[in-house]
Amino acid sequence: MAKSQSPETEHPVKAFGWAARDTSAHFSPFNFSRRATGERDVQVKVLYCGVCHSDLHMAKNEWGFTQFPIVPGHEITGIVTEVGSKVEKFKVGDKVGVGCMVGSCRECDQCANDLENYCSKFILTYSSRYTDGTVTYGGYSDKIVADEHFVIRWPENLPLDAGAPLLCAGITTYSPLKYHGLDKPGLNIGVVGLGGLGHVAVKFAKAFGSKVTVISTSINKKKEATERLGADSFLVSRDQEAMQAAAGTLDGIIDTVSAAHPLLPLVNLLKPHSHLIMVGGGEKPLEVPMLPLIFGRKSISGSGIGGLKETQEMVDFAAKHNIFADVEVIPMDYINTAFERLEKSDVKYRFVIDVANSFKAE
Amino acid sequence: MAKSPEAEHPLKAIGWATKDTSGVFSPFKFSRRATGEHDVQFKVLYCGVCHSDLHMAKNEWGLTQYPLVPGHEIVGEVTEVGSKVEKFKVGDKVGVGCMVGSCRQCDQCTNDLENYCSKMILTYSAVYIDGTITYGGYSNLMVADEHFVVLWPKNFPLDIGAPLLCAGITTYSPLRYFGLDKPGMSIGVVGLGGLGHVAVKFAKAFGTKVTVISTSINKKKEATEKLGADSFLVSRDPEEMKAATGTLDGIIDTVSAHHPILPLISLLKPHGKMVLVGAPEKPLELPAFPLLSGRKLVAGSGIGGMKETQEMIDFAAKHNILPDVEIIPIDYINTAMDRLGKSDVKYRFVIDIAKSLKLE
Repeated sequence: MAKSQSPETEHPVKAFGWAARDTSAHFSPFNFSRRATGERDVQVKVLYCGVCHSDLHMAKNEWGFTQFPIVPGHEITGIVTEVGSKVEKFKVGDKVGVGCMVGSCRECDQCANDLENYCSKFILTYSSRYTDGTVTYGGYSDKIVADEHFVIRWPENLPLDAGAPLLCAGITTYSPLKYHGLDKPGLNIGVVGLGGLGHVAVKFAKAFGSKVTVISTSINKKKEATERLGADSFLVSRDQEAMQAAAGTLDGIIDTVSAAHPLLPLVNLLKPHSHLIMVGGGEKPLEVPMLPLIFGRKSISGSGIGGLKETQEMVDFAAKHNIFADVEVIPMDYINTAFERLEKSDVKYRFVIDVANSFKAE
Repeated sequence: MAKSPEAEHPLKAIGWATKDTSGVFSPFKFSRRATGEHDVQFKVLYCGVCHSDLHMAKNEWGLTQYPLVPGHEIVGEVTEVGSKVEKFKVGDKVGVGCMVGSCRQCDQCTNDLENYCSKMILTYSAVYIDGTITYGGYSNLMVADEHFVVLWPKNFPLDIGAPLLCAGITTYSPLRYFGLDKPGMSIGVVGLGGLGHVAVKFAKAFGTKVTVISTSINKKKEATEKLGADSFLVSRDPEEMKAATGTLDGIIDTVSAHHPILPLISLLKPHGKMVLVGAPEKPLELPAFPLLSGRKLVAGSGIGGMKETQEMIDFAAKHNILPDVEIIPIDYINTAMDRLGKSDVKYRFVIDIAKSLKLE
């Protein structure tokens, strides 16, 4: 059996993107190919693609499962250019989005309950093995082909550039707020970390009618959090007195921070019977203080993106409530600088690549 | 200023106490308060020996007030009731568990969750509202506010049933609260001691399939043949653990010693819940990724409120759920504590107070 054809020849449709070839995470132009549009596939001309912190973790292979060369990007918006013969939900010209997944088994309990993201066989938009054995390439590219089940209808009034990050940052924060019942008006919600995930979490929590407390290591973000994003209060996590004063006041906390950090001070902020929900993907184990969990019947849980049905629901909710990310739009060839800045959290709050305009000349 | 334990209250009482972190017990004279208008006074018949008593005797949690008279699985017979007591009369059989007071006004208390009240008063080694230290059931006499007294079901054995007042409620409550009580679910129980063996019995009574997870194969026969567990996993056997990946809806982890929890989290199905009821004093290491990729949850739970404790006792009486106990006289307590430290008991010691502890 022919081992691997080259990325350029393995599929019939030419494609162009930017890839990293190794853990140096340095990106440069990359010629590859996309599969022909299958009967249930939708071919999309990529307009914009959000830069998620996961793209950087993956480019450096921090989680140990990266397939190089890697073309990341899982916050993709664009326009349909072709549909397969059995496609029902989309037609040429439709505005659509593709998020973090492009496949799942479609049969297991998880898939049957619209929880494709928890399917043991789910396929990531990039750096995964597709059903045809080839490696998936993401949205840092001019086009993508995806099964219609994994394509999101883009609402008319939602901007394609500023809205793109909703496809990962949005669903990742929306889903646990809903699942844990933290979407009721009047609740006190904490958001730890004010980056791509955190700032969107604040927006959703406010839209649900919660009082939001942003928890951050640095006082510098206070003005931003309260005046611009509408957070009701702000806690510096290293300020022991302020943290102590806020003990037992929060109905739930969304923790977006992936770097290792102490959880005990956050657990102490929770009311009894409440949850600390981790959505940042840190690789080091967390230290969990058990006695405070036992004495307050508190919990620590995780959440990762959301199923397709919920992702569509989230995008429609965002359109209705005018929620989108705060973005800095960049050309593709800025990506290496963008990653350097992202590592220092020097972005408010997501870079979005203007793919269509970057690749015009090709 | 501080009166001696013997003099601070009007009623003479006798118990066994430990005076320092050696954890060695010996006879101790003290006193109980007069029966207040909402109080119930009862003669202690039996008291279960909880592993917490040992942790507290050695001050492992840093909370102990010496001299310590532990015991929070206390059953007895009412000898006097206060003038405003409505739920009990002299002669009733009753139980007192881990709490004897709470604020009665906060959100937790008004929702029958007194155990989560920030002002909750433990049955022993806590400061009562009158400023005196609470002494537990390793004693001949108890006085408690009726709100914190449980009515013992008729025909339900007092000696064997006593451990339900801590071990029972501690495992019943999270099975109910986290929805792990639906017939057909697959529930794991980690550790087969006082808490673990009662967890297996409740989980079976709820109609679930129970997997006992233990470090040692020695407990397999006991778990499956005597306690009715459906299967048994040796946690140190990587192959067995791997084969059981993603099969459990929930896990009750009763182990208080420090132990790795990643292998246990791997056993959970997506959206599965692991509830820790053993109280390890050092933080446990928790890997973030499995929680995120499976939307799994790790929670703690501690005893239960009074309403739920009564419900649990009534449920146990109805379904004939009783711990497995070894009855001992009070003067065996030091040997019992040594054996308990080595998990050498199936599965709870219960002190026969009435027979072995007499006021001189």
